[in-house]
Amino acid sequence: MAITFTLNGKPQTVDVSPEMPLLWVLRDTLNMTGTKFGCGMALCGACTVHINGEATRSCITPISSVSGKKITTIEGLSADGSHPVQQAWIEEDVPQCGYCQSGQIMSAVALLSKKPNPTDADIDDFMSGNICRCGTYQRIRKAIHRAAAESGKAKSA
Amino acid sequence: MATASVVNRRDFLKSGATAGAALVIGFYLPSSASADAAEDQEKKPVNPFSGWVRITPDNQVTLILGKSEMGQGVMTSLPMILAEELCLDWKQVRIEQAPTNPAIYDHGTGGSGSVAGSWLPLRRVGAAAREMLVTTAAQHWNVSRDTCKPQDGGVLHGARKQFLTYGQLAGDAAKLPVPDLNTVPLKNSDDFTIVGHDHHRFEARDKSTGAAKFGIDSRPAGMLYAVIARCPVFGGTFAKFDATKAKAVPGVRDVVSIDPVGPGAFTAGGVAVLADNSWAAIQGRKALDITWNEGPNAAESSESLRQHFIENVAKPGKIVRNDGDADAALISASKKVEAVYELPFAAHACMEPMNCTVHIRPDGAEAWAPTQAPQWTQEIIAGVSKLPKESVVVHTTLMGGAFGRRYHADFVMEAAQVAKATGKPVMVLWTREDDMQHGFYRPASYHHMQGTVDAQGHLAAWKHFQSSTSIAAVWDKDGQEKPEASEFATAAFIPYVTPNFRVEYALAKSGVPRAWWRSVEHSSSGFVVETFVDELAAAAGADPLAFRLRLIGDDRKIPDFTNPKENKPLDTARLKNVLRLAAEKADWGKPLPKGIARGIAGYYSFESYTAAVAEVSINDGQVRVHSMVYAVDCGRPINPNGIAAQVEGAAIYGLSAALHDAITIDRGRVQQSNFNDYQMPRINETPKIEVHVVPSKEDPTGIGEPGLPVIAPAVCNAVFAATGKRLRRLPIRPEDLA
Repeated sequence: MAITFTLNGKPQTVDVSPEMPLLWVLRDTLNMTGTKFGCGMALCGACTVHINGEATRSCITPISSVSGKKITTIEGLSADGSHPVQQAWIEEDVPQCGYCQSGQIMSAVALLSKKPNPTDADIDDFMSGNICRCGTYQRIRKAIHRAAAESGKAKSA
Repeated sequence: MATASVVNRRDFLKSGATAGAALVIGFYLPSSASADAAEDQEKKPVNPFSGWVRITPDNQVTLILGKSEMGQGVMTSLPMILAEELCLDWKQVRIEQAPTNPAIYDHGTGGSGSVAGSWLPLRRVGAAAREMLVTTAAQHWNVSRDTCKPQDGGVLHGARKQFLTYGQLAGDAAKLPVPDLNTVPLKNSDDFTIVGHDHHRFEARDKSTGAAKFGIDSRPAGMLYAVIARCPVFGGTFAKFDATKAKAVPGVRDVVSIDPVGPGAFTAGGVAVLADNSWAAIQGRKALDITWNEGPNAAESSESLRQHFIENVAKPGKIVRNDGDADAALISASKKVEAVYELPFAAHACMEPMNCTVHIRPDGAEAWAPTQAPQWTQEIIAGVSKLPKESVVVHTTLMGGAFGRRYHADFVMEAAQVAKATGKPVMVLWTREDDMQHGFYRPASYHHMQGTVDAQGHLAAWKHFQSSTSIAAVWDKDGQEKPEASEFATAAFIPYVTPNFRVEYALAKSGVPRAWWRSVEHSSSGFVVETFVDELAAAAGADPLAFRLRLIGDDRKIPDFTNPKENKPLDTARLKNVLRLAAEKADWGKPLPKGIARGIAGYYSFESYTAAVAEVSINDGQVRVHSMVYAVDCGRPINPNGIAAQVEGAAIYGLSAALHDAITIDRGRVQQSNFNDYQMPRINETPKIEVHVVPSKEDPTGIGEPGLPVIAPAVCNAVFAATGKRLRRLPIRPEDLA
């Protein structure tokens, strides 16, 4: 079944089983491997993408449900890693193994779009759906605060 | 990940020109860890080369990394060492993962040994290259070598203010004889500008943009995805299967069975469903109709194993250590402390599920493997394909976590078998459920502890009887274990002085596969020893820090009981130093708000010294960890930022074991299946973590694992301080707090 949606700003049509989750369409059909498979049950957040701006676990999102919607993946966040959240991740040296970080970053971007200056409690609340087995959480908190501060500076400048 | 170390191996050096007039120097990096026992390692033919420096005319310097990056930071720390001796501009350095050529490389990555094992070889090779480049420049200018200074990736002749880049010099330098590596002059550490200074992780950008390629991201043309149905009971196999419905699933291409493979690979065999995409393969597997032969382990449960432990410690065990007469001292003791400690199986739960991609052609094979053991990967594929090893190309990919799990090669064997059966490129992909239920787990263990302190506050006796499911027994052809092996001998290597010290061991049989789990036996020994010493401190009415310092006693070096062949003693001064430093930084002894309390632990592992102070409270029947303050001494810090990251990570991994991790067994199978029932700390459980790195000029030692063993005891000791409840089994259960 042909399904059309917007992927990172460009129209995209795929012809796959309608129940196939978006994650597998991205990774296996379109070979966009930045979005990760971690659990398949929306328990770990490694597969997080934005659908119409909302952080969504792509591993349980049937492709049929995204018809006509706007999807942003880690690859679509910036062309060159220049997004303030990506920059903050690099500056704070957040990644260790790095496998969960696409999902962490997509969640963090969604958080900052809702709360430009989140508290630690806001961060803990919003980001608790994303597991990091390397335990980079403390640096994730710092990086989100840094990204918030940098974005604030950019706006006031 | 076992502490088996390679000793008596020489460094080798070879130089020669290659295409592009590059200066190429090979050197051997000792593998400090292996799945094999030390004596087996010694019998292996020495592989003299394990990495390369390449300097090209465009003045780029590339280190070809002979170790695997699993998140521990070797892709940054190892090049830093090289760049330091070479006097490079750090921005010049590039890194490539080494190809797997067993004649040159010896990749095994584990045992927190990469930096420790590479430190001197990398310095020497960097220095040798530097000397050759300086000599070349001096010859070019026809001046004395003494007037030439290497800096910023080139050579400066001060008097004439001339500068040649390494790229300009490399072609001629490659023609020079290589200096003797044992005598090549190394930089004075006072002049270090790279080593010891914070550096960003080399691959942080790719890991922040989705560009980083892990094993699971391999996409060779024409690749099929395979998922495998394995018997849910350990040791079981399929009796028969019907693939009719599976083959009817859209996208499914084929269904093939693979045989179990015994010691080494330890695969379960099973039925592989191959499809155009992994979703279809998963759906196809659900549609398989399989009858299992559950095998000999179908009656095992966590409770049956616990009974086995209890029976074991009721009988005489194998003597690991026996100083003085602990039994007599305990009988005559006025204040005897006796306790039982228990730890469950634990899963690695790497975020990237196990996977391996293999293509076996008639003339050669290629693999994309997220592995800590690339050479073993090559050997397995060569064995399955009947191809010579040299025609098997292994691409070692980035790994989405490893923690010891990826030192096993079961997933490699499976991929080789399926690839052999199909002739197409195949990725064998594990789901999270596969990962949780078909892993190799941190051994479950049971510890009967007895001890006593005399009237002067000295440790009068310490008796530790451990029964556990061992890792080494998995590998032994008779399923046996040697009592002197380090796996449980760590319990006999404690820093606390006592005249009466007895350690016994009894192997417990289990069908559950075991392996090296971050910090290996230290995750258990650290918890038991550092909690029990806290019990003795409480019995003696002593402050836990002061008690430890007193029991450790004078400054001295204690030979490593677990590995007497190697001269790597425990330096009590360094251990006491980290205990004092962590205590000082954590305001040990100063008042805290009501309901909050501190606990401390100190430990020696992987030749590094670690201490931590945890602050906890109990809220709604749950332990809340507010902060963990660490002091670590891992010798000379290479990249302090990377050290802090590893300790922060080990803290969370250790907290996971303290609060959540438990693999339980029923009817011979794992009861947990995914992150809903195998939980781990999330950001909302993450305490504030402080890492204080001790400045040192000692040779660098391990840091990927040493942060872990102190966390569970520090937390449990803090809970005792807060509540008077002594926690002796992990993970912490609400009923133990009530």
